[in-house]
Amino acid sequence: MKKSLLLLLVLSLLAFGSFANAQDGPFRVAIVMPSSITDISWSQSIYEGLLEVQAAMGGESALEIAYTEGMFDVAAAADTLRGYAEDGYDLVIAHGTQYGTSLFDLAPDFPETSFAWGTATDVGTDAGLTNIFAYEASAEQGGYVNGVMAGLMTESNVIGVVGPVAAGDALLYVNGFVQGAKASNPDAEVLVAYTGSFSDTQAGTDVANTHIAAGAVVLTGSSQMVVGAIEAIQSAGGYWFGTQSDQSVEWPGAVVVSQVYNWAPTLSDMIQKVQAGELGGTAYNLTLENGGQTFVFGKVAIPADVLAAAGQASADILSGELVVARELSE
Amino acid sequence: MEGGRTLIDILVAVSALTLASATPFLYAALGELFAQRSGVLNLGVEGIMLMGAFTSIYVISDKGFSAHPTVGLLVAMVVGALRGLLMAVVSVTLQAEQGISGIGLTMFGLGTSTLLFRVLAGGVIVAGGIGPLHIPVLSDLPVIGQVLFQQNVLTYGAFALVPISIWLLNRTTWGLQIRAVGQNPTAADAMGVNVARVRYSTVILGGALAGVAGASMSIGLTGVFQDNMTAGRGFIAVALVYFGGWSPWKVMLGALLFSAANNLQIWAQVLDVRIGGAAIPPNLLIMLPYVLTIIVLIFARDRQRREPAALTKPFERGEN
Amino acid sequence: MKQHKQLAERDPVALLAPVVAVLLALILGAFILLALGKNPIEAYGSMLNGAFGDEGRIYNTITRAIPLLLVAVGICIAFRGGVINIGAEGQLLIGAITVTAVTVAIGENLPPLIFIPLALIVGFCAGALWGAIPGYLKARFSVNEILSTVMMNQIAIQLVLFLLTGPLIDPKEIELGTRLAQSARLPEAVGLMRLAPPSRLHAGLFVALIAAVVVYLLLWRTPLGYRVRAVGQNKDAARYAGIPVSLYIVLALTLSGGLAGLAGAVEVTGVTRRMVEGFAVGYGFSGIVVALFGRLHPIGAIPSAFFFGALLTGAEQMQRTIQVPSATITALQGLVVLFVVSSDVWVRRRASRRAAQAVREPAAVEFSIAAPEAK
Repeated sequence: MKKSLLLLLVLSLLAFGSFANAQDGPFRVAIVMPSSITDISWSQSIYEGLLEVQAAMGGESALEIAYTEGMFDVAAAADTLRGYAEDGYDLVIAHGTQYGTSLFDLAPDFPETSFAWGTATDVGTDAGLTNIFAYEASAEQGGYVNGVMAGLMTESNVIGVVGPVAAGDALLYVNGFVQGAKASNPDAEVLVAYTGSFSDTQAGTDVANTHIAAGAVVLTGSSQMVVGAIEAIQSAGGYWFGTQSDQSVEWPGAVVVSQVYNWAPTLSDMIQKVQAGELGGTAYNLTLENGGQTFVFGKVAIPADVLAAAGQASADILSGELVVARELSE
Repeated sequence: MEGGRTLIDILVAVSALTLASATPFLYAALGELFAQRSGVLNLGVEGIMLMGAFTSIYVISDKGFSAHPTVGLLVAMVVGALRGLLMAVVSVTLQAEQGISGIGLTMFGLGTSTLLFRVLAGGVIVAGGIGPLHIPVLSDLPVIGQVLFQQNVLTYGAFALVPISIWLLNRTTWGLQIRAVGQNPTAADAMGVNVARVRYSTVILGGALAGVAGASMSIGLTGVFQDNMTAGRGFIAVALVYFGGWSPWKVMLGALLFSAANNLQIWAQVLDVRIGGAAIPPNLLIMLPYVLTIIVLIFARDRQRREPAALTKPFERGEN
Repeated sequence: MKQHKQLAERDPVALLAPVVAVLLALILGAFILLALGKNPIEAYGSMLNGAFGDEGRIYNTITRAIPLLLVAVGICIAFRGGVINIGAEGQLLIGAITVTAVTVAIGENLPPLIFIPLALIVGFCAGALWGAIPGYLKARFSVNEILSTVMMNQIAIQLVLFLLTGPLIDPKEIELGTRLAQSARLPEAVGLMRLAPPSRLHAGLFVALIAAVVVYLLLWRTPLGYRVRAVGQNKDAARYAGIPVSLYIVLALTLSGGLAGLAGAVEVTGVTRRMVEGFAVGYGFSGIVVALFGRLHPIGAIPSAFFFGALLTGAEQMQRTIQVPSATITALQGLVVLFVVSSDVWVRRRASRRAAQAVREPAAVEFSIAAPEAK
């Protein structure tokens, strides 16, 4: 009789203990990225967002972050995502649209794990899934405002765009940029050239040098290879408009402003939802309106009228009066 | 550079940019040429270039040692030479299959450069390195002044390497040994030439030059280092050795052709060149340099291609 | 003068040497891990766990090995035929994109029994074409295959990007405005059957194994294969014996390309189920490594591919568990390759000593590493 009472006591203590422990222990997030966390663009911006959230939550004891970068091969990424899910992470983020198909194969097998992917809009409702978040960014909005400013700051009326591949986030940004530049300066000539690669830095330099030779004094571009282009325009004494991450840190002389993604609110929201038991179903969009996109100004002095025009453009987008098209009409 | 859009302006700009962007190809291809003339195929050039690009800029940047640019160049040469030594040990002494050893070396170079980059620098490296040198008087000449005499110091070096290579290969004893070893190592060995030593020397030289090629990209042309920035140029350089039929000046022509085609396709994008009003998809333009290289080779082929007969064949005395 | 290196198949040292080499490489890798502040025991423990830890993980390892095996078998043909094929990257992509284009165009109309073989044949033929071009260029115009395959790889990459951002882009992407570089999802009917759900192990395994056996039989049991190998061993002697050397060079590259294209087809119908940017990156080069680890024999490629797959999945688990930078994996792979390739000399020295002593048995299958022939 005493023994079973003792056993009952021990068991209930254990149960209480494990219940208490279930509330303790960090929230575990894993993220898989196609490029490195030092790419000053796509991957770095979300990684820094995670670090922000971690700090706000109270450090590593509250939020544990595991990451795998440089996963440009889709099949390897699929295995990695599965591996993190198997290792019991609470939220597994697939930070690349190319990971989508793998994610949808994976999510049904781990109903207790929350998954997120972007840029994307599909949360799997058609497939009957409830544990997928999706996120995208309306990069054309930030691109537009950048373009408005660029149009007014180009003394030669020539602007150059250094693009990687005409797809996804980069394309949205470029299209927005071109519209913005034309809106603020109809005489501006916007030259666009692509390198065909997300990582070929020398190609970024080559394209930038060609733009400069063609008269451009203002450049913009997207993806990790633009570091070559930024250096080129800085050496030539021109300006750069950045995207996805604050690019003024290394190039204070050239970067006017960077349109950056503010991932922290989105990530916090996801984490809170997961902690409350809601594992998916929301599609996020980083816009100017919800603060998902913000502007980080560099050290370059900006004329008052340019700032005013940018402010006006932002206001118009926020109020809904101006809707930036995602496609360029030919 | 002034921005102007007349045909002359464009040709001048393209020519100047072509000479500049041919620089890494020249260093790497000429280095590989020496190795191949002695009979060793080194596909590890890509990895060595990356290590050279990283080490040179790291050393001169303030994330590293803020050293003088020349030091950066020397470091790249030494690192490249050491990598070349590794390749020489594996392919000449241990006689491993050369193509695969080269690929292993490239993988190793890619991995270590990225790893060191992350651990030591923690982020993109930006450093003013070796810049353009305007040759006094000559650089003020119209047209050719801008094209020829306002280039980067390393570019001048790359083109100077062409006649130097020709001289080394054809007018020195070492050059004679290299060619003999590449054509008929058994006979060369019988004549008292130390085949292994000759191959070591060329592969190490090739490595050092590949290191310089990488440095020319980071501290010379772009002023930055980012992950995997060579993006396959090492393999293009190896291909250019075949294109040039193992002759330094033809390799130079190949590098110029390839760079010119690349710069022209960028201009075609920039100027929004259209065919019958329809925009040309950028990816199709980007593939032009590669297509052109093959086409030119078809038409310009030399009936007497002097491929070193012993290329890729390890040599062991007494075993034929 | 041609050099022949022959290994007796049954020499246990020949099989042991690569294992020792791998161990040496991993020991060196342990120093790198220590320098990064990580515990090598924990690291390698997680590596073994990642590759073989449980049933699911083993299936994963096999899944990753499938395309490598196919590419490697193709490389075997090329090397045995005396050509260096570093164009497998491009041939694989062309195979995959062609399958994507054809199957998306046909839609759901065909039953799997017809659709799947059709897709595989299409992939093989597309890759074969991409391999035939360098072959023809070499035979007819003496364009060296290293040059042409390097160029064709880049051409293939840009061609695929063009198609995925243009004609073959998923209509849903245009609709949603997200404009990602990927194709529509392939029809279900063309998906290769999953052998052991929830893992992604798929029927492509059988395709790869059958291909390895078929190529072995082709190379060693048919007159065609004999001639391919003869050209690879000594072009001049083959020509003297009346073999049309040019034709067999083209054939070697064509078949090699076809197998790489088949790898692309299998990967896109079995694993990714759509064509994306970032497809099969690096498989062309890994396949070369696998082929050489397998002593350039199609059957040897089977354990070799499995080993390499284990190296990949194991290293990735290691990265996840101890959180080292992903570049560590590439550096380790490079070390392994360098060591294994260097161990070759030891094996050959043993083999030539044995050959000098013993009488050679005519029935023994001979391995020979054919070095590319000078013109």
